[in-house]
Amino acid sequence: MGRTFVGMPPFPVAAQAALADTTLRRNLAHATATIRAKRAGVVAEVEDWEDLRVQAAAVKDATLDHLGEHLLTLEASLTARGVRVHWARDAAEACRLVGDIALGHGLEEVVKVKSMTTAEIGLNEALAERGVAAWETDLAELIVQLGEDLPSHILVPAIHRGRAEIREIFRARMAAAGRPAPADLSDEPAELAAAARLHLREKFLRARMAVSGANFAVAESGTLVVVESEGNGRMCLTLPEVLVSVVGIEKVVPTWEDLDLFLRLLPRSSTGERMNPYTSTWSGVTPGDGPQEVHVVLLDNGRTRALAEREGRQVLRCIRCSACLNVCPVYERVGGHAYGSVYPGPIGAILNPLLHGVGSDPATDALPYASTLCGACAQVCPVGIDIPGLLVRERVAVVDAHRRDPRPKAEALAMRAGAWGLGDARRMGLAERASGLVGRLPLGRRMPGGRRGLSWLPFPGSRWTGARDLPAPPRESFRQWWSRTGRDEGHRP
Amino acid sequence: MSAREEVLARVRAALGGADPSPVHVDRAYRARRAVPEGADAVALFAERVADYRASVTRCAAADLERTVAHAVGDARRVLVPEGLGLEVPGALEDTGLDAAALDAVDVVVTRAALGIAETGTIVLTHGPGQGRRAITLVPDHHVCVLEEHQVVPGVVDAVAALDPARPQTWVSGPSATSDIELDRVEGVHGPRRLHVLLVAT
Ligand code: SF4
Repeated sequence: MGRTFVGMPPFPVAAQAALADTTLRRNLAHATATIRAKRAGVVAEVEDWEDLRVQAAAVKDATLDHLGEHLLTLEASLTARGVRVHWARDAAEACRLVGDIALGHGLEEVVKVKSMTTAEIGLNEALAERGVAAWETDLAELIVQLGEDLPSHILVPAIHRGRAEIREIFRARMAAAGRPAPADLSDEPAELAAAARLHLREKFLRARMAVSGANFAVAESGTLVVVESEGNGRMCLTLPEVLVSVVGIEKVVPTWEDLDLFLRLLPRSSTGERMNPYTSTWSGVTPGDGPQEVHVVLLDNGRTRALAEREGRQVLRCIRCSACLNVCPVYERVGGHAYGSVYPGPIGAILNPLLHGVGSDPATDALPYASTLCGACAQVCPVGIDIPGLLVRERVAVVDAHRRDPRPKAEALAMRAGAWGLGDARRMGLAERASGLVGRLPLGRRMPGGRRGLSWLPFPGSRWTGARDLPAPPRESFRQWWSRTGRDEGHRP
Repeated sequence: MSAREEVLARVRAALGGADPSPVHVDRAYRARRAVPEGADAVALFAERVADYRASVTRCAAADLERTVAHAVGDARRVLVPEGLGLEVPGALEDTGLDAAALDAVDVVVTRAALGIAETGTIVLTHGPGQGRRAITLVPDHHVCVLEEHQVVPGVVDAVAALDPARPQTWVSGPSATSDIELDRVEGVHGPRRLHVLLVAT
């Protein structure tokens, strides 16, 4: 059950395949344009939006500066409310803790609230290995899980799928997982949602244990908050007897009142609504209402690594709204899979390197380059993360990490050659004449927009065109045109 | 070292010894009005609840029981929480029904803790008159009675008024999803119909 990103090719290779998929590009362009417009509309309603962003960033920074104290306060308040608090250094430890709780109750299945943190740690796969089925209950997660697919967006993991594809997945796969899809299922979104409702209802009604994440964890009151739309979260948080929430240590906020910023910023940034349909908050066990055995797993898994970076630390402000994905021109064209992580888009391009470090995994090292540095992400980020600034810093970190490599990267060689060529007018003229010759070669192909492009260059240029289309050079350079036509040409009316 | 000690030690090491210069949070936003000067918060609330495609009915206190009966219609299995303080003909009071029994309920009638005009949200804190969380979740139709004086202007006011020790459910319209091509569709797992009765006070 389920695939993982492990072993996927790095971004440049994966992006090329994604770009060639026209269905994917159409689905993504439609979806991101829709959500951008919705967000812009509801953000414009809030006159002091900019101030809210600044203050939310300040709350997060102040909390991170004293993270240790806040975590201890959180642990104490949770414990006082009847919660069993566990700590996990890494993904494997967190998965083991959750699995132990399920097996301790003799359970073979759990229901899940959509959660980036449990996706990050690969919980479903880890539970499956121990014989515990983890059923995703968010509609998009269900589409991904049934389709044995990978998530491609933080908020809408099945954003890459159109309605017709979803209908096919439901018809082909629901029966094996439980209640089958109705035989006459159409591709109307309302009918597809109704099919998911029926399919999952039997799972909710019999579930004995649920696993969730949390959007926020309030230190002083021991309150966890889950923000959602469909009600699947409420089902999981309310009906089972046992509830386990896996919470990244950066999710802590000091006081209940601090939520008055985040509950305004998150829904408008995320789904583009004034408020999402359902927000659940709970402080441990409430006698006679909801799960009577409540666990919280506090997860590090690289967060302290990011915390140690003075500039990079701000990535831990992220509230996973996905606004940065929706405005990103790179994300819009290649989609989420190419990033090779459950965290795609601009946030993924900085979060993955900061959580895991650079210099060892080529896929992670490629991510800071998966950007045009246009800065759209920084403008929408509700907690003011300087994403372009961190992308540049991580590029530096990647280059630094490879300085001692026995063989320098082709790009480094190309840059050195470029500096030599551009540094002298005569050498530049020669280079241009060579490129004009290349422009006449029949290597080209049509690029999107009708411009001619080169899909390959001879080595070492192949290291560049292996992952990029290069616009074909003009047959004549500006300098050649200038000397051929003479100065007077410029004065012609 | 236990995982707890190790994570806390890593946090301390990451932050270094020196106390950082304090970050200032300016709370001026709390004093700003969420509802424009002169605007009617209750009317705005009603409008924004309706924006989510929930039904809203405004009524006088004297008409409330009649309005509730009308909202319930000819539903056969009607559930109410303890302490509702309203006569709902034929209704069963919740005595801790299990999930399967709740699934057979046609409509549930409750009150709420407050309403938020800025966002068209109702907040349940699941005490008397509101019931435990499951009863407003599993049935497909939720009729929610709110007095006009319970409407606060903004999210800021709501957070200040609410007690985090109580479990809370913030409800903004019926259950919905935008997971298919980002088209909003009402009705997935929570109640597919939400009807707010707003009582003049
Ligand atoms: S980085 Fe900012 S915009 Fe992107 S998901 Fe996180 S909070 Fe949202």
